[in-house]
Amino acid sequence: MRDITLGQYFPADSVIHRLDPRVKILSLIAYIVLVFCTFHFTSLAFIAATVLTIILMTKVPLKMYLKSLKVIIIIVIITSILNLFYGTGEPIFQWGIIKITYDGIRNAVFVCVRIICLILLSSVLTFTTSPTDMTDALERLMKPLTVFHVKVHEIAMMMTIALRFVPTLLEETDKIMAAQKARGADMESGDLFARIKALVPVLVPLFVSAFRRAYELATAMECRCYRGGEGRTRMKQLHLTKRDFISIVFTAFVIAGVVLLNIFGHVLIPSFV
Amino acid sequence: MNYISVQNVTFQYDEQNQDAKPVLDQISLEVKKGEFVAVLGHNGSGKSTVAKHLNAMLIPTSGKVLIDGMDTADEKLTFDIRRKVGLVLQNPDNQLVASIVEEDVAFGPENLGIPSDEIRERVDEALKAVDMYDHRKNAPHKLSGGQKQRVAIAGIIAMRPDCIVLDEPTAMLDPKGRQEVLDTILKLNRENGITIVMITHYMEEAVLADRVFVLDNGRMLTQGKPDEVFSQVELLKKHRLDVPQATELCHKLRSWGVAIKKLPLSEEACVSLLKEVLG
Repeated sequence: MRDITLGQYFPADSVIHRLDPRVKILSLIAYIVLVFCTFHFTSLAFIAATVLTIILMTKVPLKMYLKSLKVIIIIVIITSILNLFYGTGEPIFQWGIIKITYDGIRNAVFVCVRIICLILLSSVLTFTTSPTDMTDALERLMKPLTVFHVKVHEIAMMMTIALRFVPTLLEETDKIMAAQKARGADMESGDLFARIKALVPVLVPLFVSAFRRAYELATAMECRCYRGGEGRTRMKQLHLTKRDFISIVFTAFVIAGVVLLNIFGHVLIPSFV
Repeated sequence: MNYISVQNVTFQYDEQNQDAKPVLDQISLEVKKGEFVAVLGHNGSGKSTVAKHLNAMLIPTSGKVLIDGMDTADEKLTFDIRRKVGLVLQNPDNQLVASIVEEDVAFGPENLGIPSDEIRERVDEALKAVDMYDHRKNAPHKLSGGQKQRVAIAGIIAMRPDCIVLDEPTAMLDPKGRQEVLDTILKLNRENGITIVMITHYMEEAVLADRVFVLDNGRMLTQGKPDEVFSQVELLKKHRLDVPQATELCHKLRSWGVAIKKLPLSEEACVSLLKEVLG
């Protein structure tokens, strides 16, 4: 339980890892929109190929990506099957009320590829960006929202502190569980209800200690002159480098490619809808 | 002029309830610039409360605390006082904010609004001063207690304070971690000229200081140079405070009639003294 990595960050030395986290987040959004704006098989294939290329560039083992796909594979199958049978138009196969149409097959394939691309893309972001970089980037990206009185700095600070204390509290949970076991608490047997009940003597001290920690942390932060986000500077500045511009240009080309294939795809391969 | 001047400070958490026993009762103490003083006392003696008065975390109910001439009761000065007097707390786990060592050290200077290049410089310098530079990219929860406490000290040093107040910085550490932290504190005092106020209940730590203040039940029991304070063995014993073992041994010997003029504070001093006495 001790060596938990939050947000599944996978440290490696790749171009994607070194990109500015802001660029990564914005690109992720762009790609997600793109995935849902593919209206032709050619553009869908194109975006799938792009996603694969990006994955290979991250130098994160493919096994990691497969693991993240495993979680949603059921959803993919169910939605694909539903789409398969709910297509309209001329049936190519019919058995009772179940019919399969070209339209249905098309939808099923589209949904399946889209969801997989979506998961893979978000995995790229979480695998290649450390949690601290992520909070940093989010704080800076959301900065314009301060106009609408969104407490951007406070939200980012909360995320930072949460990230910092997850391992500490996990360690504490281990200790409390050990202490309760030493007093004869039974946490491994019984039905679900009994086990949940057995957690109460763990959670109560954990909460008490979390509040005590919060109070002390607040004192320590005040001692270090913390007064909220106003007038605060940052040590780590995020600078866009050549790498980032290249990646932006790359994304622009992908966008252009998808748009063009959406329009002219049927010219290339006319047999498809 | 004294850098820290605590004048007749009485402090009560509940100001309405006049009958309640105050946490601090008419405490006065002075610390000069560059000095290393220790505040000694039992749990509940009010020593942590003294620490919190020195950087305006608490304001005296009556009396005055002046830091470099600034009154802590003046809210406009709170920020300036806190950047001059840094406070390190007992539990290192609860005072680290960020999940990377160097980012945590940068937290203080960032709050002061210092330009990023200079923060970088200060962070590197502070981490080198506590000998944690090699761990700058690590996560705090992977460090040992002593290392974490040194990072916490670095976080204060990076703000370039004149004075560091440490509230039982070694209480939760193992002997190795304690030694690391003590060495760091001594080095900062001697090499960087930082004024140190160390709150502790370990006699062996108090002995290292230039001057010692002993608190008991919110009152100042005695104060002075370590040898002056610890020579009052009877007084300290009466208030259930320990004296260093070497001092106690020689005190006993003296009461049995061995001719000892000055009580030693350390084992080395004790050994050489006994050699002398035994001829």
